[in-house]
Amino acid sequence: MKNWPLFEIFIRSKSGLNHKHVGSLHAADAQMAIENARDVYTRRQEGISIWVVESKYISASDPVDSDPFFEPALDKIYRHPTFYDLPDEVKHM
Amino acid sequence: MNIHSQHKIDYLLYLADTALILGQRLGEWCGHGPVLEQDIAMTNISLDYIGRSRLLYQYIATLTESDEDRLAFLRDEREFKNVLLAEHPNVDFAYTVARQFLLEAFHFPYYSELKNSSDLQLAAIAEKTVKETAYHLKWSAEWMIRLGDGTEISHQKIQTALNELWSFTGELFDPADYETFMLQESIAPDLNSINKSWKEKVQQVISEATLTMPENQWMQSGGKQGIHTEAMGFILTEMQYMQRSYPGLTW
Amino acid sequence: MLRIDLEGHFQEKIDREERIEAKDWMPEAYRKTLIRQISQHAHSEIVGMLPEGNWISRAPSLKRKAILLAKIQDEAGHGLYLYSACETLGIDRDELLNELHTGKAKYSSIFNYPALTWADMGAIGWLVDGAAIMNQIPLCRTSYGPYSRAMIRICKEESFHQRQGYEIMLTLSRGSTVQKNMAQDALNRWWWPSIMMFGPNDSDSTHSAQSIKWKIKRFSNDELRQRFIDMTVPQAELIGLKIPDPDLKWNEERKSYDFGKINWDEFWNVVKGNGPCNKQRLRDRVKAHEDGAWVRDAAVAYAEKKRSGRVN
Repeated sequence: MKNWPLFEIFIRSKSGLNHKHVGSLHAADAQMAIENARDVYTRRQEGISIWVVESKYISASDPVDSDPFFEPALDKIYRHPTFYDLPDEVKHM
Repeated sequence: MNIHSQHKIDYLLYLADTALILGQRLGEWCGHGPVLEQDIAMTNISLDYIGRSRLLYQYIATLTESDEDRLAFLRDEREFKNVLLAEHPNVDFAYTVARQFLLEAFHFPYYSELKNSSDLQLAAIAEKTVKETAYHLKWSAEWMIRLGDGTEISHQKIQTALNELWSFTGELFDPADYETFMLQESIAPDLNSINKSWKEKVQQVISEATLTMPENQWMQSGGKQGIHTEAMGFILTEMQYMQRSYPGLTW
Repeated sequence: MLRIDLEGHFQEKIDREERIEAKDWMPEAYRKTLIRQISQHAHSEIVGMLPEGNWISRAPSLKRKAILLAKIQDEAGHGLYLYSACETLGIDRDELLNELHTGKAKYSSIFNYPALTWADMGAIGWLVDGAAIMNQIPLCRTSYGPYSRAMIRICKEESFHQRQGYEIMLTLSRGSTVQKNMAQDALNRWWWPSIMMFGPNDSDSTHSAQSIKWKIKRFSNDELRQRFIDMTVPQAELIGLKIPDPDLKWNEERKSYDFGKINWDEFWNVVKGNGPCNKQRLRDRVKAHEDGAWVRDAAVAYAEKKRSGRVN
């Protein structure tokens, strides 16, 4: 939009939870983006805290690289607790 | 009905009518805003005002054996007690912002004080209202500043709106009989102290917006007495159209 | 060779029910189809605010006024979510609006019909939103991630829209003769345009087959239309209203309603701009945008001053 940059909106739905991406909107500046997000994305009590960031400042991983990027984690199943076989008698572990 | 209850009803009608008429005006923007995000913002404010008017009318209804819709849709123009500023046409975004700001700068200290009203029902309504108002004031003050210190065109438009609407601000602080009566009963706040906070806020925002304070001028009044501008008849014609055309039905 | 691989890979992903995201490779035609469909959808939300907007100032009770305002505001929100989804495909909202304002982009033809009485607020909520929801629920699983997420949000919010419309009709149907007539008249005027909202018959629909393969669409126009009719007829009966179609008849064999011939001539004429309100709707949108230009410019100018430190 002509000179009103796009902002990505992140909302914390209740205390204790992460901010989560909910969508985007246009605003002239960050302050306005926060207020617009309040009116656009929290009309039904969806949030208690809002983060905004201009879309152009988000760097993202490239989907073309996703195999070399994410596949090496696939075979490291020893990172998960279920990998370890312990006798049932062991408690609290 | 004794004089005390009549004053109280008039006073509550003044608050309720001001909320409804301003809500009605803001609702006219829905679908026609300067940008989608602000269309949504103005509708939110409108909804707050209509909600506020309903709380007040419902309270009045308990005192008068009426109901909110009869109060809103079946009274005549001369019975409406809203301030003239609330009924002023939207004209354009600058007038809408200036009208909103001048009223919010009043409503914020007003409802903050009203939280201490000896009338507990009214105090509870004020408690809810003051939160909404804090946001409305922020929204309108920021737009005053953006438009004032934006482009040459926006500066000129908001200054024009401010100058023209200024003559309707005197009425806010000019108490009607029923207000004076309610002040004595510790139901309504003292307008002198409200006036002081209002002036400070208005001066601060006007200066930050690089605007000029309008000159002292003759102040319009009459709304609180039911003597309105020509705009009012048209508002009611539309607003009351259904209830007047089809009396006594449920919708 | 590489292109074929990419396309094959893309289609496999879709077949596996994986979502396509903004940065993923996609065929140009897929991107274009999405831009066309999502923007058309966004424009429909925004133009759709206008017929109902006419009744905000005249709503018959304070409760109805508040509900109507909140509903129309939701439509603005939905337009906004959809424009945002569309922007992930590399097109700016300004450009999309420009296409609407110059008549290049379409929006749902239904909004070119006038909202004449209060009962129209009921009929629009019940039928128009009802038909829209029928279209939208499968779109929650559409293959393009940002579109699907926007649709999930929209469907969640829209669940009250149809209910409030039907409730208006229900109240009218329980009211005076004048009110009942008002409700029937609104149904008479909105029924056929609502049926047309599902678009041309499958045999005449140019985009359908490819869209279904790409899982942008999940059901054909005719399937959705039939479902809508089967659902709506009993709702009308329940409140004593008569669907204005003499050929409407339950077909025991198909377990569906047979219905009369749709006037496609009218449909195409409204699409082409000859509906009762096409010009007025577009003029209103253009006016709002043009009148708002100085406001948007002022906000930018102020933001720039602030950034460059001339304002604190």
